[in-house]
Amino acid sequence: MLFRKSPDFALVLFLILISGALSVTPAQQKKSIILATTTSTEDSGLLDVLIPVFERSSGYIVKTISVGSGQALKMGEKGEADVLLSHSPDAERRLVERGFAINRRVVMHNDFVIVGPSADPAGIRNSGSAAEAFSSIARQKALFYSRSDSSGTHALEMKLWQSAGVNPEGEPWYRQTGLGMGQTLNVTAEKKGYTLSDRGTYLSLKRTLGLDTLFEGDPQLLNIYHVMEVNPARWPGVNHTGAKAFADFMVSKEAQKIIRTFGVEKFGSALFFPDAGRKDMERF
Amino acid sequence: MDLIAEGLRKAFELIVSMDREVLGITWLSLKVSGIATLISVGIGISLGMIIALTSFPGKKIVISAINTGMGLPPVVVGLFVTVFLWRNGPFGFLDLLYTPSAMIIAQVIIATPIVMGLSVAALQNLPPKLRLQILSLGATRWQMVWIMIREARLPFMAAVMAGFGGVISEIGASIMVGGNIRGYSRVLTTATVMETGRGNFDVAFALSIILLLLVFSVNYLFTMIQQRERPR
Repeated sequence: MLFRKSPDFALVLFLILISGALSVTPAQQKKSIILATTTSTEDSGLLDVLIPVFERSSGYIVKTISVGSGQALKMGEKGEADVLLSHSPDAERRLVERGFAINRRVVMHNDFVIVGPSADPAGIRNSGSAAEAFSSIARQKALFYSRSDSSGTHALEMKLWQSAGVNPEGEPWYRQTGLGMGQTLNVTAEKKGYTLSDRGTYLSLKRTLGLDTLFEGDPQLLNIYHVMEVNPARWPGVNHTGAKAFADFMVSKEAQKIIRTFGVEKFGSALFFPDAGRKDMERF
Repeated sequence: MDLIAEGLRKAFELIVSMDREVLGITWLSLKVSGIATLISVGIGISLGMIIALTSFPGKKIVISAINTGMGLPPVVVGLFVTVFLWRNGPFGFLDLLYTPSAMIIAQVIIATPIVMGLSVAALQNLPPKLRLQILSLGATRWQMVWIMIREARLPFMAAVMAGFGGVISEIGASIMVGGNIRGYSRVLTTATVMETGRGNFDVAFALSIILLLLVFSVNYLFTMIQQRERPR
């Protein structure tokens, strides 16, 4: 018969391959958690250390999706993530108030720094405040690179421009990269501009950058990371048990100890400071 | 110059030491893009054949659509696949987002029009009377199809290579639907972007070299098959 002589190889092959494609995904799907987080936790390498510890002790598989805090919170709002780790306090509080996330807990902090070329053309080194440093940059029309990706860093940057009384939008010296922190630092270094960076990412990239810390220490520059669980009452599809296990782990003694020592060996100083359970951080 | 020398050294180091993580990433790239290419070859060649060998109203429009699909931007595919696979999207119940399977689906969508478009062109390039000749010699319909495939095998292999080249090097879709999850959905292209973001240019450079070597080896293999029994 026709079919014996020349079987429809393509069809047979196709069916085999479709089943092959589906079998690539391991069966333990149900035990996975989607963690939406900011680029700084991933780019600094902290999660590469923390997540394997959690996976070993809990048996969950963590799928880390590292995007800007803005997008991470949006994923939580749409029920596309189970647990959120971000550093955009104002936006986080709004998310909790609107009932999309629950159990917001402080995990750690570090701070933001204003970095730039060591020549410091805008002379921000001796500024009295972060806002003053920003207004010097605007006055001198020195190149400034903005993340412009609705990340936590971008949110703070916008706040600082506001307190400096400057609207940088559309100015020729104000460049918007739309990239993560690591890549924005690379662009800034290449173009000898200024940018606002979290200390963790800056320190982990410092050796290749050639940018100096030109301004630091303003309380406005505090960078606080919170963990939140996506509200299962709002989105019944989320893996809330897994999310809670991960959030509990982040504030556990074990994780807090790893955070305290992370980076000390490689960069000479810690990149993050553990804060779990601190009452004085509640105002953020 | 330092960076290039350093990158080459690092690439050599990573390959020679058979770094487990890099090996895993390389293997996943090959697996995802290989399976995606095979599926798109299955769909692309069979549908391409039907389109090329039959006549129907609107055939030119269909072919134009396929040719447009050959330039489908991976990020656009990535965005659509993500929206469809979202938990609360139409196919959310499959629980496929951020898995290698999702990457395969996206890559199939990218590669299929490439394979199909080139297949249609390959078949239309055969002498138009060949088909009548085969049939007049008493071949059945399926035998005719088989002979046509054999006749066009050189351009068909070119179609396979183009499809594979398109998906192994793409990043936009892989990073969106796969999520670049360590040890799970991280492939060579997404790892390169991440290492660049981390300022590890030497590792990024090494990964690029490994990717180039991989693409070269696979294409060398395909070329060997393509040129094996070249008609004299």
